[in-house]
Amino acid sequence: MTLRPDVLAAILGMALASYLCRAGGYAILRVIRPPPFVQAMLQHLPGCIFVAFLAPALAGMGWPAVAAGAAVLLVQVRFGRLVLSILAGVGALWLLRLAGLG
Amino acid sequence: MDQRGGFTRGGVVRGLKAALAITLGLSPFGLVVGMTADGVGLSLAETLLMSGLVFAGTAQLVALQLWSDPAPILAASLACLVINLRLAPMGAALAPMLDRTRGLRLWGTLALLVDNAFALAIADMRAGRRDAGFLLGAAFGMWLNWMAMVALGHVFGAALRLPAGHPVFFASSAAVLALLVQLWRGRGDLQPWIAAGGIALAAQGLGLGAPWPVLAGAFAGAALGAWQDRRRRA
Repeated sequence: MTLRPDVLAAILGMALASYLCRAGGYAILRVIRPPPFVQAMLQHLPGCIFVAFLAPALAGMGWPAVAAGAAVLLVQVRFGRLVLSILAGVGALWLLRLAGLG
Repeated sequence: MDQRGGFTRGGVVRGLKAALAITLGLSPFGLVVGMTADGVGLSLAETLLMSGLVFAGTAQLVALQLWSDPAPILAASLACLVINLRLAPMGAALAPMLDRTRGLRLWGTLALLVDNAFALAIADMRAGRRDAGFLLGAAFGMWLNWMAMVALGHVFGAALRLPAGHPVFFASSAAVLALLVQLWRGRGDLQPWIAAGGIALAAQGLGLGAPWPVLAGAFAGAALGAWQDRRRRA
């Protein structure tokens, strides 16, 4: 159970930087009331952030991951159970790999 | 809608339960971070302190990948700043839920903001509720799971020996994909989402590193959506 001072300093720097990101966006919004166009953008941001996050990630993992991702979407749309959808995705990817694809 | 300052104990409990439902999707990532921290020589205490305060898997993984002796204070902090930039617009998008909360409840809840809790909170907000307690509950539930999994990864990582590309690690992407379905509002989302994905892929294709593909795609898609909204109303 050691805690080195240089490691502690790095951890505190990382924590501060992360907190600035977490609180900063809201803090700025609280001070400056954004124009209607920006407010409309904020309505669209949530979905867009996740699509923009997932598209490169899945593309980088290759087409078996894309197929497994499609399985997740289908199961979630059909059953609406997160646990089931996650299992379906992991299972699909596992089976595809087992079959020697990808 | 709740009128008592927009932060209720009931909301916290509902948030905790919502977080529990995607435990499966969260756990593998924590294991990886614990294993990686062990691999670069961080003690369990250092690993838990980092994970508890930073609570951001991707940023921690990147920082750990450029770890050195002595610890890279500036590089690790910069990695967190850049990779967690995507959280800033999330906080802004949660404004309707946060606006009637203040002090420690507000700024403390924001300290735990993470992607999956954000998705759950937006879905809850769109269901007509404005309870910042829900966000805190969901985020805190994820934090507890995160700490447990990071600890497990650090202690048993060497014994588990799961390779980086193991299908188990797909669970975190699968969780985000499943949450995406909950964020779908209808056909009006289709074009902004396609734009977001397309621009993100293009930015990555140009060789841009994190977080630029995410931010470029997200803002391009959101701008298209806002523009379409305005045209529909005009």
